[in-house]
Amino acid sequence: MELTPPPVRRLPLDPAPGRGDADGHRPGAPLDGARRRRAPSSGFATDRMQVEDVSIAYGRKLAVDRVSLPIRQGEVLALIGPSGCGKTTLLRSLNRLTELTSTASFKGSITLDGADITRLEPTALRRRVTMVFQQPNPFPMSVFDNIAYVLREQAARRPKRAALNRRVREVLAHAGLLDEVEHDLRHPALRLSGGQQQRLCIARALAADPEVLLLDEPCSALDPQSTQVIEDLIVKLREQVAVVIVTHNLQQAYRIADYVAFMYLGELVEYGSATQVFGAPREQRTREYVSGAFG
Amino acid sequence: MSAPATAPAPRSPEPTVRRDHASAAWRLRDRIGLGFAWLLGLLFCAITSAIVIYLLVQGIKYVRPELFVTHPAAGFSERETGGFLDPLVGTFLVGLMAMGIALPLGLAIGVWLSEFGRPFPLARMAESTIEMIAGTPSIVLALFGTLIFQSPALGFLSRSVGGLVFGRSFFAAATVLSFVALPLVVASVREGLQAIPGHVREASYAVGKTKATTTRRILLPAARPSVITGALLGFGRVIGDTAIIVILLGATLRFDGVGSTPVLSTLRGTGGTLTTYIFQNAPTGEGNQPAKAYAAAFVLLMLVLVLNVGADVVGRKGKALRWS
Repeated sequence: MELTPPPVRRLPLDPAPGRGDADGHRPGAPLDGARRRRAPSSGFATDRMQVEDVSIAYGRKLAVDRVSLPIRQGEVLALIGPSGCGKTTLLRSLNRLTELTSTASFKGSITLDGADITRLEPTALRRRVTMVFQQPNPFPMSVFDNIAYVLREQAARRPKRAALNRRVREVLAHAGLLDEVEHDLRHPALRLSGGQQQRLCIARALAADPEVLLLDEPCSALDPQSTQVIEDLIVKLREQVAVVIVTHNLQQAYRIADYVAFMYLGELVEYGSATQVFGAPREQRTREYVSGAFG
Repeated sequence: MSAPATAPAPRSPEPTVRRDHASAAWRLRDRIGLGFAWLLGLLFCAITSAIVIYLLVQGIKYVRPELFVTHPAAGFSERETGGFLDPLVGTFLVGLMAMGIALPLGLAIGVWLSEFGRPFPLARMAESTIEMIAGTPSIVLALFGTLIFQSPALGFLSRSVGGLVFGRSFFAAATVLSFVALPLVVASVREGLQAIPGHVREASYAVGKTKATTTRRILLPAARPSVITGALLGFGRVIGDTAIIVILLGATLRFDGVGSTPVLSTLRGTGGTLTTYIFQNAPTGEGNQPAKAYAAAFVLLMLVLVLNVGADVVGRKGKALRWS
C-alpha cells in the first residue's frame, strides 16, 4: 500500500492509570486471562475522521444519540456495547451505508480529512472508507477477480488481468493471504475456508487503498484460530489505515484495540484508551458491562 | 477422546438413539397420517411413471429415424403421411424465438422487481400483471394475439391478401408464446437474486461500486444458474403449448412461407409444432395417424424431460457454492 500520510501529529500517550503488568493487564480486572495481542501503538496517530454530535434514527427510533469521537490512523478503535446499542449503525454511517436504509435519518457531521462526508460522492467516500462485514461474503468469482473487481473502475473489464496481476498479489500479501492462495488465484473464492474468506474480504477492502477500514464483527462467524490470524492482521494494519472495529467480544476488544468506545442505548457512554476503559472505567455502566454484568 | 485407564469397555448394551425420528413411538393417528402421506406420494410417482412408461413403450414402437427427416404429407395410410420434420423444426423455431423475447424481457423485469422495485405502485402492478398472465389459459392469450397481429399495421409480419391480414405466423405465435414463458423467467430471476444475501450487495457498495455495477458484475453472474433454469423451464412450457400454435401459427402440416426471402419467408408464414402434429394425428384428429402421434408424443416428452432435468441440474449446481 502506498499511502502518503498527511503530517503526523504526535498525540500524548495515554498514561494508562492503574496499569498492572507490562502487558497493560491489571490483576483482578474483568478480563483475566486475556492478553493484549501486541505492544501499545507507536503513539504516532493521525486524525482521519471526526464524528461530531451524530444522531441516527430509523423512522422514529433513535439508534445513535449525539455521539462524538475521533478516528485516527495508527490506532485501532473498538466500538463495544450490548446488542442494539447502535454501534453497527454508527459504523455504517461512517461510509454512508446507512443511507441504503430508506427510513434512516442522519443528524450531525462526520468529516474525513476535514471534508464533510455528506458532500462527497458516496462511491468516492466508500472507496476511502471501506468495510468488512460480519459474514464472510466474497463475491462468487475467483480469488483474483474478487480483488480485480475493486481495482477496476465501476463495471469496467479493463485493465486486463495480466496488468493487474502485480497489484492483486500485493493486496493479497497485505492481508496475509497470498501464501495460501498463490498456487491458484483462479480458485473460486467461496471454496476457501471461512477464515480465508474473511481475509479475502479484508484484502478486498484494502484493495481500494482506503484511509479508514471499518470492521463489523469480522470474527464472529469464525473459529478461534482464524480469529487469531485476523486479529494479528488488524493490529498490523493500523499503521497504514485507521481501523474501526465493532465487536461483541470484550476479550477481542481488549486484545486488539488502542481506544475503546462503549455505547449503550445509542449513547456513547465512555471513550478512552483500552487500558483505561477496561482497567479503570469512569462510568458505572461501563464498569458493569466490562465485568459482564449485562449485555 | 481418551478413556479412563481401564480395559476397553465392551459395547454398551444401552440402545443408541434411533435416527429415524422414532415414528414407532408416535400416536396411532399420526402413524396413519404418515402412512397415508407415503401412500399418496407413491401413488403420484406411480401415475407419473405409468404415463412416461406407457408413452415410452408406445412411442419407441413407432419412432423410426426417417420420421425425423421426412416432411409430413396428407394421406390416409402410414406410408403416405411421411414424418414430422417440419413440426420438429417448428417446435425449436417457435421455442427459440419465444425465448429470444421472454429471456431479455423477463431478466429486465425480474431485476427491476427484485433490485429496484420503484416506483412502488408500478412494481406492484407489474407483479400482479405477471401473476395474471401466468394464470391465463393460453387460448385466451392466443385470441388476444389475433387481435393484435391481424391489425393492418403489423401486416408485414404475416400473410395478407388485399388488405386483409391473416395474423398467423411464427412471429405472431412466438411473440404471444413469450408471454407464456415470461412468468417462469421472471420468477426464476427473482428467486435467484433474492437468494443472494443483502450483505453481499453491501460488500460491493462498500468498495464504492454503484448499484448498476453491483447488479451487472455481482448479482447477475451469481444468479446465472437461476436464469438458465428459468430459460429451460420456459422453453419447455413454450414447446408444450398447443392453443397458441393452432390459432396463431395455423397448425399446418408443412411450413407455408410468405414472400421469397429464404428465412424471413418461413417466419412470416404458417407452420406447426409437435403439439399440433399430435393433435391432428391423434385418433380423434383429422389426420388420424395414431402411430405417428405416439412417435411425435414420445419425442416431445423426451425433449421436455431433458429440459426439466437440465433445469434441475443447473439449479442444484448453482446452490452448491453459497455464502454461509
